Amino acid sequence: MIRHMICSLFALAAVLAGNPALAQDHEDHTGHSAPPEQPAEQPIDPHAGHAWMDQAAPAAADPSPGPTMETPPPPEAGSGPPRAADKIWGAEAMRKVRAKEVAMHGDFPVGWLQADRLELRVHEGADGYLWDLQGYIGGPTSKLWLKSEGEGAFGEATEHAEVQALWSRAVAPFWDVQLGLRQDLAGPATTHAVIGVQGHAPYMFEVDAALFVSHRGHVTARLEAELDQRVTQRLILQPRVEASLSAQDIPQLGIGAGLDQVELGLRLRYEFTRDFAPYVGVEQSWRTGSGARYARLAGEDPSVTSLVVGLRLQF
Amino acid sequence: MDISRRQVIQGLGAGAALAATPAWAAGHSVHHGNGAPIRTGFDQVSGEVIDLMVGAGQRLVEGRRGHAVAVNGSVPGPLIRLRQGQQVRLNVTNHLAEDTSIHWHGLLLPFQFDGVPGVSFPGIKPGETFVYEFPIRQSGTYWYHSHSGLQEQMGHYGPLIIDPAGAEPVQADREYILLLSEFTAKHPHEIMRKLRTGKHYFNRQLPNWADKYPMSGAERRMWAQMRMSPTDIADVSAPTYTYLANGRGANEGLEYLFKPGERIRLRLIDGGAMSFFNVRIPGLPMTVIAADGQNVRPVEVDELQIAPGETYDVVVQPGSAEAYAIVCESMDRSGMALAMLTQRPGGRAAVPALRDPPLLTMADMGMNHGEGGGGHGGHGGAQGGGHDMAGMPMRDTALLPPDVKIGPGLDMVSMAPVDKLGDPGLGLRDVKHRVLNYRLLSALEPNADTREPSRLLEIHLTGNMERYMWSFDGQMYDAVSDVPIRFAWQERVRVKLVNDTMMAHPIHLHGMFFELVNGQSPAHQPRKNVVIVQPGASATFDLTANEPGDWPFHCHLLYHMHGGMMQVVTVMGPGDKP
Repeated sequence: MIRHMICSLFALAAVLAGNPALAQDHEDHTGHSAPPEQPAEQPIDPHAGHAWMDQAAPAAADPSPGPTMETPPPPEAGSGPPRAADKIWGAEAMRKVRAKEVAMHGDFPVGWLQADRLELRVHEGADGYLWDLQGYIGGPTSKLWLKSEGEGAFGEATEHAEVQALWSRAVAPFWDVQLGLRQDLAGPATTHAVIGVQGHAPYMFEVDAALFVSHRGHVTARLEAELDQRVTQRLILQPRVEASLSAQDIPQLGIGAGLDQVELGLRLRYEFTRDFAPYVGVEQSWRTGSGARYARLAGEDPSVTSLVVGLRLQF
Repeated sequence: MDISRRQVIQGLGAGAALAATPAWAAGHSVHHGNGAPIRTGFDQVSGEVIDLMVGAGQRLVEGRRGHAVAVNGSVPGPLIRLRQGQQVRLNVTNHLAEDTSIHWHGLLLPFQFDGVPGVSFPGIKPGETFVYEFPIRQSGTYWYHSHSGLQEQMGHYGPLIIDPAGAEPVQADREYILLLSEFTAKHPHEIMRKLRTGKHYFNRQLPNWADKYPMSGAERRMWAQMRMSPTDIADVSAPTYTYLANGRGANEGLEYLFKPGERIRLRLIDGGAMSFFNVRIPGLPMTVIAADGQNVRPVEVDELQIAPGETYDVVVQPGSAEAYAIVCESMDRSGMALAMLTQRPGGRAAVPALRDPPLLTMADMGMNHGEGGGGHGGHGGAQGGGHDMAGMPMRDTALLPPDVKIGPGLDMVSMAPVDKLGDPGLGLRDVKHRVLNYRLLSALEPNADTREPSRLLEIHLTGNMERYMWSFDGQMYDAVSDVPIRFAWQERVRVKLVNDTMMAHPIHLHGMFFELVNGQSPAHQPRKNVVIVQPGASATFDLTANEPGDWPFHCHLLYHMHGGMMQVVTVMGPGDKP
């Protein structure tokens, strides 16, 4: 069953990857044609003494004429990989060093770990806590991406906790498609297949959207977006929105069909360094539709306002 | 020359190596060592046989401590002074715990002594001595540096001056070297990682609600809409960097003595890993007499921009003032390197404050509507703003030739790239005094080969700022290391570099000079080995492929090269069969 769903997800991912409209830049390419000719170059420095001749100028006026269309190299340029040094220092000695050097120039792996939100939440009833971590290891276009988030109230069992392990593949300059698994650690043990996109939308919104299919066959989704508004070099105001959706009512998890929950947050952080930034903020969350009904059945308020104080860290 | 013999001396065992090792270099790892202090400034070495030792130690710059890799125990390494026509043997011993190398930047030599591990030779292993041996065929101002890992950032570089066999075309009473670079207390691997994982991690000049940048709200929204920053001038800057003049910070008092009326030759070398410098001497014009070691017709300017890898020789004639400040602002104006021309030790001239940081404009994305590129910019960037922002195709891949690979590693395509060899450089486009640009350069001695090029080769400089991927034609070096750019023996080729990024890239070719197609006749197109390609613009050079072998071709911004902007140029030899 799970295997079947994952296969379907991979098929969906293939469709996504092949359909740039979903993940590509949201720029309007229509109705804008490239300028047909190079604009004439202006003399930039008055001391140059003469105007530069652009390509449209008559060839006779060009002090250094040359070809203007690219053509392939002649056969005399040879073919094959560059191996001149092999003849002098030995192929064996060169091979090892070459492999190492090549790997160091371009697609080498790096690691990164971020605690986007590590916070205390003050609201009516017992105060709570929240963590939201992510990190990856990998090259610029292919990574193992790990995420964990969770929350709860002090003195009670953790309300929600999950970890995700995702393969993250660049599909556009600002976008990765992510495939993997999510394991819920609080409440009924649930495993989900995950397909998502993460990246930067125009205006530098950081977006993380994912679709989850649980081993019970339930389909849910989550959309997160946040935006850094730089007040000064170090003071940053960050609006944040998170929406949780579900394709069906899931009574045992208390999740309602449709838009189950919306959270709006505003956090103000101070970057002592880029890697260490405490913040304060406020967050409002609403359960909606049948989600609100489930909340009331559980004796919870569907609308919660929290004051938050926390740390944003990265390594 | 007998080149079949492996010119490596393996003889020193571990014990012998230690015994022969100077205290400052004694076996410390680059990563974990806390070796002896590394000296600031350089000695001179010359002659037919020169011994160089590469070792690790500690540097202290303006109170900040950092790991260093140094040649002969100093940063910069010793001045290597040679004479045109001599033969030189350079014995380079590696006292590091990792491989090292020395690349002789700008020198004409057999490719196997070019010093690039994996391309020209296998590198120098710990404890090994490698012997470089070649004839000195040229004269001028050059330098040397490591081509292994990120050692160059840690101090592994030094000046290399070659006196001409005949007379100097320009006479000077005194001569000084000014080698510009950077110090950082951060390990370069960590800098690379932060560049790959953090957004504008080192930039402290980002637009914000409180800034004084002359940008309208519409322009600010447009940059945000594009997911780009107009302050993306330098990837790494102060305070992460302390800018250095001959290894000294601006507060560490580098002085050059003069007597009024003397003609002083300054040999400027940008040995920085990532920093362009704007160099000026308030109150003193500079006459540029050589670029990248090659003589040019003298041209008088008040300021010039120098990019990593470039060298310029200038002559100045100080007047009666007690001192003149040589101000070397980093291009993003986050800091400066500083030296004083002074009549007596301790003399000081007023140092002007850092000027306002420049901003990128729409012209730097290759939008050159109407008024043309380059002449505007600097502040405001009003032209090209506003009306163009909606639906602007900043990545119209239909504009690219078919050999450019389109993928996530390419975040921008220059809309209408124009040649900007006449651009004085970011931050200098609207200054009121005379600034050098490449169109002002004209070779003093005529070029040997003035044939019209037989073909055009177009190479696109591509990248993704966010992912910190850099490449030629959309492919990082690791993807094209076995696909060199090939030239036939003595082939004359015109190479057009098109910059599809918003950063200026100093592109360097090893082993040969090319001639900038800058409006001069082919006989006087200036010979260079580094050319700055301005953001969104193009630059064109002619090349005679007359140095056989494999030669690296790369962006001389160290972290761009490691980010993938590199390829090998293969020149066939006269006897090679295709």
